[in-house]
Amino acid sequence: MSKFKKKKGGELPAISTASLPDIVFMLLFFFMVATVMRQNTLMIENKLPVADQIEKLDKKDLVMYIYAGKPSSRYRANAGDQARIQLNDKFADVSEIKAFVLAERASKREELIPFLTTALKVDGNTNMGLVGDIKKELRDIQALKINYTTRTGSATDNLK
Amino acid sequence: MARRAAPEVNAGSMADIAFLLLIFFLVTTTIETDSGISRKLPPPQEDIVDPPVLKQKNIFVVELNKNNDLLVEEVPMELKDLREAAIKFLDNGGGKGEESCKYCQGSRDPSSSDNPNKAVISLRNNRETNYATYIAVQNELVAAYTTLRNREAQRLFGKTFVQMEKDLKDVNYSGNKETLKENIKKIQFLFPEKLSEAEPKK
Repeated sequence: MSKFKKKKGGELPAISTASLPDIVFMLLFFFMVATVMRQNTLMIENKLPVADQIEKLDKKDLVMYIYAGKPSSRYRANAGDQARIQLNDKFADVSEIKAFVLAERASKREELIPFLTTALKVDGNTNMGLVGDIKKELRDIQALKINYTTRTGSATDNLK
Repeated sequence: MARRAAPEVNAGSMADIAFLLLIFFLVTTTIETDSGISRKLPPPQEDIVDPPVLKQKNIFVVELNKNNDLLVEEVPMELKDLREAAIKFLDNGGGKGEESCKYCQGSRDPSSSDNPNKAVISLRNNRETNYATYIAVQNELVAAYTTLRNREAQRLFGKTFVQMEKDLKDVNYSGNKETLKENIKKIQFLFPEKLSEAEPKK
């Protein structure tokens, strides 16, 4: 008689999790490929201004970064709350920019030096005085190609 | 002795290991912004040279004061009007005879610029001007040049200047890159970017 016993209804079959590792691996590979390791730990606030007339910097190895902005709250006790320049991993003075550029140049092959670009990652809330000083130093050392790194957006948002 | 089948390795913890790695990469990922307004600084000057004589009407003075107010030709202006004003100035073409501009579509006002080759935009800022405001103004001025270049490129070569520059960088571009480069140079010659920045006032 068991042949005709009704199947026990209502019990849901367990969802197979066998494909879970595949999904996770897929995500993993995406992030592994997309990850760019941060070169510098930021010690300053760095909220970039927005602009829409932008060009992309594609040769990452030919870019040197100069950061500027107010020290973040963790460093404010030592560094004060005035806008500072950050080169590599430490706060720097305007006069140290020349040495920084020379060091960057020395680490590149000679034929690539004319293509070196300086990316200025400056916090939107900085005074132009500091930026002007940086630009003056860069001019003095013939690092003339610069790029004001910005986020994409409408320029009028800067005034808010 | 009978061969025993090797016991199967339990793969149940593979997901855990993958998760661990995934979380590591999730945390370390930063989406870097690597685009911005490219500019070229003027080379340092060896000694004091006499500045070239420019007619007052060929200079478009844009000034930012310490309160982030925009002054264009000594008249206050809103940022949103700056692009239009700069285009109007550059495209004016008020010159006569040798200095006339054949491709300009401006109002040919004799009191404004003679020719885009002569027209200079002078940007002056105070040391206390906000950087974000400065970038906004730079952006508008670059946009003015780009608009005019786009217009000329569209007229002469049937595509925008931005598209031409994009094609030049594109490895899969099918056309001739040498002619493209020439054409870009031509457009740049028609509307040269003459943006002068004065040393900020104290």
